[in-house]
Amino acid sequence: MRSGTTPARQRHLAATPAMWLFGLLWALPLLYAVWAAVHPPLYATEFELRSPLTLSNFTQAWHAAPFARYFLNTVLLVTFTVVGQCVLGTLAAFAFARLDFFGRDALFSALLLQLMISPSILLVWNYREISWLGLANTIPAMGIPYLGSALGIFLLRQNFRTIPTELDDAARLEGCSLLGRLWKVYVPLSRSTYVAFALTSIAYHWNDFLWPLVISDSVSTRPLTVGLEIFATPEQGVQWSLVTAATLLSSAPLLGAFVIFQRQFVQSFLRVGIR
Amino acid sequence: MTRAGEEQRAAAWLLVLPAALFIFAFTNVPLLATLASSLYASPIAGHGGGFVGLDNYRDLLSDPGFRTSLLNNVIYAAVTVPASVMLALLMALGVNAAIPGRATLRLCFFLPTMLPMIAVGAIWLFFYIPQYGLVDRLTRFVGIGDINWLGDTATALPAMMAVAIWKQAGFFMIFYLAALQNIPPVLREAGALEGVSRFYFFRRVTLPLLGPTTLFVMVTAAINAFCVVDHVVEMTQGGPNNASSLLLYYVYQAGFRDWDLDTAAAATVILVLILGAVAAAMFAVFGRRVHYR
Repeated sequence: MRSGTTPARQRHLAATPAMWLFGLLWALPLLYAVWAAVHPPLYATEFELRSPLTLSNFTQAWHAAPFARYFLNTVLLVTFTVVGQCVLGTLAAFAFARLDFFGRDALFSALLLQLMISPSILLVWNYREISWLGLANTIPAMGIPYLGSALGIFLLRQNFRTIPTELDDAARLEGCSLLGRLWKVYVPLSRSTYVAFALTSIAYHWNDFLWPLVISDSVSTRPLTVGLEIFATPEQGVQWSLVTAATLLSSAPLLGAFVIFQRQFVQSFLRVGIR
Repeated sequence: MTRAGEEQRAAAWLLVLPAALFIFAFTNVPLLATLASSLYASPIAGHGGGFVGLDNYRDLLSDPGFRTSLLNNVIYAAVTVPASVMLALLMALGVNAAIPGRATLRLCFFLPTMLPMIAVGAIWLFFYIPQYGLVDRLTRFVGIGDINWLGDTATALPAMMAVAIWKQAGFFMIFYLAALQNIPPVLREAGALEGVSRFYFFRRVTLPLLGPTTLFVMVTAAINAFCVVDHVVEMTQGGPNNASSLLLYYVYQAGFRDWDLDTAAAATVILVLILGAVAAAMFAVFGRRVHYR
């Protein structure tokens, strides 16, 4: 393969520009949005290379709607949901992995139903339940239907089962309680599973829209996605420069985190997806 | 029965209880309750309500809005699933080859998947606006006149499909990329020794080895096709004239705009049945032909 012009290599050279065109085409919507966001409204759809750059769209958008509050709501919602999922998931996964009890396998299969039917499509009934509990239009209400995560239990159980029982037995002989063993042996040895599940769950709940839309009804609870939808819905006189700036602002934390921790995110998605 | 065994059993139930409670309360119970309530009529003024059998389903099927949403969703799935899968494979093959700038290219393909669907919707709304949007400028450039992509019954659904494909294909790419990198180089060397063509190698070796990935990606894409309607809510509200309405959007409207809970329940059951059928069918079709390592 020393000579540079084998047929395979030639095909390769032809394929590269084609792939680049494909990539450019794929990036076009995002580039177009960035263009509109960093230029004055007058230049939003005029592709003049010497158009003046500006950041005023971002500051204007930030003040045109309570985005700071929306950000806070999303952070609270995501933290509440993911921490809750990890705590409840750890407890249940440990029982399913290492304890013997009547009905264990039947219960486990019943819970796995959630892998196919997400609570988000049962939104009409869940809305009733949450209202009945008196929790409508609260931040916890947006996370509660997801607190029990079959996916989290499944992944953690799988990992817990690979931990040698000798470690568990040794801790028991030293007088460690059940929860102590869980905390000192199982949790530290499952760090990568927690990271994988948490990153996947953060990405899901940061972006979740339909359930928060129906259950939140005020500025003090609305997450970013719902706030952005209200801001971006086309009306007369909508300022596209502001909309695109707001869109980029609200996606920035996750996009930034992804660009920095690309490898961890991709590994996590692969791990959770392939199971 | 030993004491230790009983204690362990009690502990196990206590550990499982919180998570099980939440899953049952917001998945299993709502599912059963929805199924049950789809067979009953809600009491309204003048009528007592009560068991009505399949009447809600009969009403549902005679509603043109529902029929359109169902048909739309089937078409939407039939296009977005294979298109996303094929594009994802193409992206992975391209990025897997040693071409210059592959890291940037991979980022181009993957970034849309990290955006909220609502952000994607906002970006594409701007992309689609008549006259000023980039799509309209490009189509005018090639000689197709002004098209109101989201406002025309003929183009609204395809416009939604493009949005969904753009958002998800890059996500599926990473799974294909990982699978491609798992193919032992020995196989390629053996193929080269035997003098098989690249296409033959791809068809007879690479593709079969990607079978499990394709199965996973197709199931995920099919579930997305029936469970994600954020862009419909934001961009078209199902319009014009239901042209871009999907099943879950129909459920959302029946439940929260019309407050017609019986219809919403029956439509949800249809949605659940479709999801179950999708999973079952894909495993039945692919189960035998998929090559597992």
